[in-house]
Amino acid sequence: MSFRHKHILGTEQLSREDIELILDTAESLREINSREIKKVPTLRGKTIVNLFYEASTRTRTSFEIAGKRLSADTINMTASTSSVTKGETLEDTAKNIQAMKPDIIVMRHSASGAPHYLAQRVDCSIINAGDGAHEHPSQALLDLLTIRQRKGRLEGLTVAIVGDITHSRVARSDLYAMTKMGMKVRFCGPGTMVPPGIERLGAEVFTDMDDAVRDADVVMMLRIQLERQGKTLLPTLREYARLYGLNPARLALAKSDVIVMHPGPLNRGVEISSYVANGSRSVILNQVENGVAVRMALLYLVAGGDHSEA
Amino acid sequence: MSILIKGGRVIDPANGIDDTLDLLIQEGCIAQVGKNLNAAGAEVIDAAGLLVTPGLIDMHVHLRDPGQEYKEDIVSGTKAAVAGGFTSVACMPNTNPINDNKAVTRYIVEKAKAEGVANVFPIGSITKGLKGETLSEMGDLKDAGCVALSDDGRPVSDGEIMRRAFEYAKPFNLPLISHAEDLSLIGEGVMNDGFVATELGLKGVPWVAEDAATARDVMLAEFTGARLHVAHVSTKGSVEIVRAAKKRGVKVTCEATPHHFTLTEEAVRGYDTNAKMNPPLRTAEDVAALRQGLADGTVDAIATDHAPHHLDEKNVEFNVALNGIVGLETALPLSLALVRDGVFSLVDMVTKLTVAPARILGIPRGTLSVGVVADVTLIDPELKWTVEAAKLHSKSKNTPFNGWNIQGAAVRTIVGGKVVYQR
Repeated sequence: MSFRHKHILGTEQLSREDIELILDTAESLREINSREIKKVPTLRGKTIVNLFYEASTRTRTSFEIAGKRLSADTINMTASTSSVTKGETLEDTAKNIQAMKPDIIVMRHSASGAPHYLAQRVDCSIINAGDGAHEHPSQALLDLLTIRQRKGRLEGLTVAIVGDITHSRVARSDLYAMTKMGMKVRFCGPGTMVPPGIERLGAEVFTDMDDAVRDADVVMMLRIQLERQGKTLLPTLREYARLYGLNPARLALAKSDVIVMHPGPLNRGVEISSYVANGSRSVILNQVENGVAVRMALLYLVAGGDHSEA
Repeated sequence: MSILIKGGRVIDPANGIDDTLDLLIQEGCIAQVGKNLNAAGAEVIDAAGLLVTPGLIDMHVHLRDPGQEYKEDIVSGTKAAVAGGFTSVACMPNTNPINDNKAVTRYIVEKAKAEGVANVFPIGSITKGLKGETLSEMGDLKDAGCVALSDDGRPVSDGEIMRRAFEYAKPFNLPLISHAEDLSLIGEGVMNDGFVATELGLKGVPWVAEDAATARDVMLAEFTGARLHVAHVSTKGSVEIVRAAKKRGVKVTCEATPHHFTLTEEAVRGYDTNAKMNPPLRTAEDVAALRQGLADGTVDAIATDHAPHHLDEKNVEFNVALNGIVGLETALPLSLALVRDGVFSLVDMVTKLTVAPARILGIPRGTLSVGVVADVTLIDPELKWTVEAAKLHSKSKNTPFNGWNIQGAAVRTIVGGKVVYQR
C-alpha cells in the first residue's frame, strides 16, 4: 500500500487506511530509536526545513531528531510572525526557501490556515506542525500510536479530552483522527472554551468533568495557556483546577486501566496534579517518545517512501 | 446633444412607470418619456430587450481618495461604478486624512467634478478622526456637500456620544449611517462565529456583536427622533430589529450588500481572504432572513460596501488580511439573480438601487422625471458573462466572485446626459 498525500496538512484529510499506514510505519521505525547507532540512510540527500513561526521546543526538536535519524539534512528556521506585518511576507519567505530546493517544509504558525496557504505556493511537501487553533496532525498521530500500544486497539475506546477545546489544535486533530478510527471522543471544558457546533464534528460535549471522565479508557488533559486565556475566559486558575483539573479522585472514576495523556508542556497543579502526571497511569513521556517515531514515519512517507521498504 | 432611447422597458419606480417606452434626453436632462417619440438630430439608441432605469446609486463605497490611491481613487472608483451601472456613489469618510472637515469634503467634491465619471456624494464622519470621542462639525460638512454621516468601519462605541450625534445631526436632517457592531464582542474575531469557524480554528465574530449594536442605535434613534440608516445588515436578528422598529415608527432604514445576500460563511473554507469582510459572511439562515427583509421592504436599499484592497493586503495569512471586497461591478447581476430566484420583483430591485437610496440620502437622483438630470442605466438582464477579477475597472481585484458565471449587465451608463460607459 502506498501513501498518496504530498502534504500533511491535517488529520481531516487522512483516511483510516492512511492513519493505519502511518502508525504501522512508525511502529517499524521506532526500533531505530533504541539502537546504539540511531541512524539509517533512508532519507540521505533529502533536505528538510523546519520553519517555525511560533515558539516550540518539543515539536521542533522531535521533527529535527526524526529527520536526522533518517539521515536527512534538517535545518531550523525560526521566524517571527511580526515580520509578516513589518517585513517579509509569508509568501516571499516561502518562495525564498523554495529556491533553495528543500524536499519538505515542516511548518508551525500562529495563523490557522498558514500551511494551506504555503502548500498552494511552493512545490515541496508541507507538513503542518501546528497552525493556530486549527490542526496539529503529528500530535494526534502520536497520541493514537501511544493509545494503540497501551490498549492493543483503537476501535471502541472512549477518550475524554478536557480543557480549552476552542483554542486547541490538538483537540481538533485528535477528534478527526480518533472518530475515523472508531473511537468515542468526549470534550469537556468551561463554557467559554467549548466552540460552537463541535458536536457536528462527532464529539460528545460534557460540562461536568466527572461525567466526562467516568468509564473513559483514555483521559487527555490540554494545557491551559495562562497568557492566552487569562483575560476573559476564566475567573481564576484556582477554580479551573477545582472544576477541570485531573486529580487522583477524579481519575478513579475512569476505567481501572485508564491511561492519562497530555500534549505538554504541563501546568502542574492546574490542569493536572503531579500525583497523576507522575503516576502509573500516565503515558505522557511515551507520547514524547512516540512523537519521534511518528514524525519519522511522516517524513518517510511524504518523501515518497513505501511501507514495504521500511 | 440629444439622445433618444427607443423601445426599452422603462422602469421608473418613483413615477410608477414600468412599460415599453421611449426616453428623450436633451441638454443633459430628461426631456420626454412616452410612446413613439421622435427628435430630429438626436442620437438614437435601440433599447429593444433592454431595461431603461434611473442611474443606479450605491450609497456605500470606499473610494480611498485621498490617501490610499494605491487601492482606488476617485477616477478609477467612478469608472468601476459606471461599468457596474452606477451613476452615483456615496463615499465613506475613512480616507487619509479622514473626511471629518469641509476641506476634505470639498477636495472630494471638486476632484469628482473635474475628473470623475460618476456623481460622488461624500459622507462625513460622525466623530472627529473616527475616534468616537468628539462630534465632527456636521454643519460645515453638510454645507460642503456631505449627504450623510458615518463612522463606518470604526463604530461609535460610546452610547453617550452616539446619542449626542443623533441629537446634533437631527436639525441638519442628515442620516447617521451606523456600522452596527459592538467592538468588544468582536474581539479578535475574523469570520462568523459558528461551526465553520470552529472547524477552521479561526476566531469568531458572533451575530450578537451586530444585533446588540443595531438594537442600541435603533433605540437611540427612537429616543432622539433622529434618522438612522443601518449599513450592511448581515444577521437575521438585525433584520428583525429593524423590521420591528419600522413598525413602531422609528425613522430607520437599512441596506444589504450583494455579498451578504449571496454568500455564506462556507465561502471562507480554504482560508480565502476574499471571503473576509466586516461584518462577516454569515449562515444560510441569515442569508434567508436578509432575502426575506429585501422582499418585505424591511431592507430599503442594496449597497455594495465596495472596499478595494491591494493584492498585498489580501495575499497573506487569513487572520491578518484586510476586510472587504470590491462590489461595484458585480452588484447588478447578483441583484438580478434575486429577481430570477423570485425574492423580489424587477421594480423592487430597481427601487432599492435607485430611488430608495436617493431618498435616504436626500439627493436629487434616482428618477426619470421630466426635467431631472439625465442619469440613466441601460441594462441587458439576460447577458451572460464570466467575472474576471483582472479585468475589473477598479484598481483592486479583491472579489470572491472571480470565475463566476453570472447574468445581467449594464450595457450603457449615462451620466448627466452623456454616455460614459458602453459595454
